[in-house]
Amino acid sequence: MRAFEYHRPANLKDAVALAEKKDEGRYLAGGQSLVQAMKLRLSAPTDLVDLNALQDLKALKVEPGAVTVGAMVRHAEVASSSSVLKTLPALAALAGQIGDRQVRHLGTIGGSLANNDPAADYPAAVLGLGATITTNKRKIEGDKFFKGLYETALQPGELITAVTFPVPKRAAYMKFKNPASRFAIVGVFVADFGGGNVRVGVTGAGPCAFRQSEMEQALKKNFAPDSVAGIKVSPDGLNNDLHASPEYRAHLITIMAKRAVEAALK
Amino acid sequence: MSVKVSMKVNGQPVSAELESRTLLVTFIREHLRLTGTHVGCDTAQCGACTVLMNGKAIKSCSIVAMQAEGADILTIEGVAKPDGTLHPMQAAFKENHGLQCGFCTPGMVMNALDFAKSHPNPTDQEVREALEGNLCRCTGYHNIVKSIVAGARAMAAAK
Ligand SMILES: Cc1cc2nc3c(=O)[nH]c(=O)nc-3n(C[C@H](O)[C@H](O)[C@H](O)COP(=O)(O)OP(=O)(O)OC[C@H]3O[C@@H](n4cnc5c(N)ncnc54)[C@H](O)[C@@H]3O)c2cc1C
Repeated sequence: MRAFEYHRPANLKDAVALAEKKDEGRYLAGGQSLVQAMKLRLSAPTDLVDLNALQDLKALKVEPGAVTVGAMVRHAEVASSSSVLKTLPALAALAGQIGDRQVRHLGTIGGSLANNDPAADYPAAVLGLGATITTNKRKIEGDKFFKGLYETALQPGELITAVTFPVPKRAAYMKFKNPASRFAIVGVFVADFGGGNVRVGVTGAGPCAFRQSEMEQALKKNFAPDSVAGIKVSPDGLNNDLHASPEYRAHLITIMAKRAVEAALK
Repeated sequence: MSVKVSMKVNGQPVSAELESRTLLVTFIREHLRLTGTHVGCDTAQCGACTVLMNGKAIKSCSIVAMQAEGADILTIEGVAKPDGTLHPMQAAFKENHGLQCGFCTPGMVMNALDFAKSHPNPTDQEVREALEGNLCRCTGYHNIVKSIVAGARAMAAAK
């Protein structure tokens, strides 16, 4: 790992000021992606701005229509929160499937979204639920957040403070795991808000998460597994690696979507 | 680039001047000379470096020491009684032949200790899921699972 200067600001203003002042400054949340990348020297920031002292980012708020997760809330907390389990169980289930229990004790939603790994789980929920990402500067619609491979709408130094998920009538997330890393080879989040508002978020399949509009249209007419079972997804532009070909990933999108609808109806 | 870090390790307050890039596991092994915490893969996959931070299992190779500033750390050296009496989870590993070469064992035991707090009588399946972040290259999982089920029950019974 390259040497860096470590900072632990006590408030949001100082954190942002520090990150903006340094040319190669990075926020440090759980470190579960960043520290690993730094060990491999894939990332070599000059300064790390540790967010662990910022209590405001650790709030988890559940209201009747919305669940707001602070940027520094760990995956394990979302997975085990009794109020999330009651109000938005699909989100708790998704968080409980991230990595392993040690990773879930440290990894945060802010770090996951800012990192935007193509196989990360939370992006599927952000698109599937139409979440809003709040930063120190503005609110960003989930649909406009993911820009490409590890690329987001965040500007340099911009800090995610919280993510707000609207609560649907029913929803489910289905993930086909890479058996070694537990990341998603394909993950599909399906949500039905009623009144024909259905959303389908797909992760793992492309350079970043995306919505599957053909499935959304079909599920609008009839929210049933059979509505998506016959949809053939094009492999064009999907990821190709030693774990799965684009054709296999395309096939998995349909299978995972069908299983997610089945689970949502249970 | 040096920083001052202070934390509690196995109940003892410790502090040191470190380079900021020092990993928590490096601090534990090389500065405190507590070498029971192992480095297996050094890529946050294998879990041999698992310790408890404020009661929760984490991989100590996956964070820098400064992320544990002010925290309470428990390593395998702090698990048995000072007179050497094994903790019920350690005893269960011994009785159920839950180790072969023993390299992964400290990480397995530390993760199991945390897991057992919320699972006093776990199923095999629950244990296997809890072990997703711990690899055993001897592939001795079957007896590790048996050990953790027995250890968790023994911990619950000892309460
Ligand atoms: C073994 C292993 C298995 C894993 N499996 C999965 C999996 O199955 N699914 C999955 O989704 N993920 C998985 N992960 C990744 C894990 O979820 C990470 O925790 C997550 O991607 C990053 O979160 P973090 O809090 O650790 O962020 P860090 O690593 O600290 O930071 C990641 C990036 O986000 C930036 N950042 C952090 N917080 C903010 C913020 N508030 N505002 C702006 N930028 C910020 C940092 O500067 C950095 O660039 C796995 C990780 C490991 C080590």
